[in-house]
Amino acid sequence: MWSPISRPCATDLARGAAGAHDRCEKRAGKRVVGEGELRQGKVKLDLPPLVENGNVVSLTVSVDSPMTDTDYVKAIHIFNERNPQPNVIGAYLGPRAGRASLSTRIRLADTQNVIAIAELSDGSFWSESVNVIVTLAACVENL
Amino acid sequence: MARALVNVPAKAKRGEIVEIKALIQHDMETGFRVGTSGNIIPRDIITDFVCKYNGQEIFRAELFPAISANPFFAFSTIATESGTLTFEWSGDKGFSATESADITVE
Repeated sequence: MWSPISRPCATDLARGAAGAHDRCEKRAGKRVVGEGELRQGKVKLDLPPLVENGNVVSLTVSVDSPMTDTDYVKAIHIFNERNPQPNVIGAYLGPRAGRASLSTRIRLADTQNVIAIAELSDGSFWSESVNVIVTLAACVENL
Repeated sequence: MARALVNVPAKAKRGEIVEIKALIQHDMETGFRVGTSGNIIPRDIITDFVCKYNGQEIFRAELFPAISANPFFAFSTIATESGTLTFEWSGDKGFSATESADITVE
């Protein structure tokens, strides 16, 4: 179990501090991954490359896994870089899912990378990151 | 009571992978917006979503303010036996909602 990433991390991002993105991605990853290794691949993150309205961005994550009792996806985590808070969702599934896939709708406050991390039953972590261009931001707009 | 909409196939073959969709009416106020009085509007979101198949948990999600208003989820499960799927949402300010759907497995 992990907790939301601390505010200073998000503030670093807002200020555009050098290396903040890398650090934040690492820290976000670290909450989930711990001391393990985060590898690229297996995860497919489907997002439109250009988004007109950041308030509703449909997203699909699918993981290449047989979803058997011994080899399945335990969890799918989604993070972003430039929203006020880096967490988006943590979803927990199991072998009964049959297919390791999840669709939802998210908010994006700015043009940024979205990162999906999948935790497999063998304890390995896989990720994919997608860059999204947002023309109308969400989350912090005034009324 | 918030309106919720779930979509589960009424009939499925044993062992078939069925897609489940769940939608609920909720503003998902982020807690980062400023209202007309200049004050921050307090956070009011759904924080947890659980789907159970005959009482056994098959899908769970932790939600954050980056989830859009009216949270929508689509996921899948294997149709193992006839029964009921229950959906539970809970969140800030004591928010709680449940919905259920029946499935017949042949």
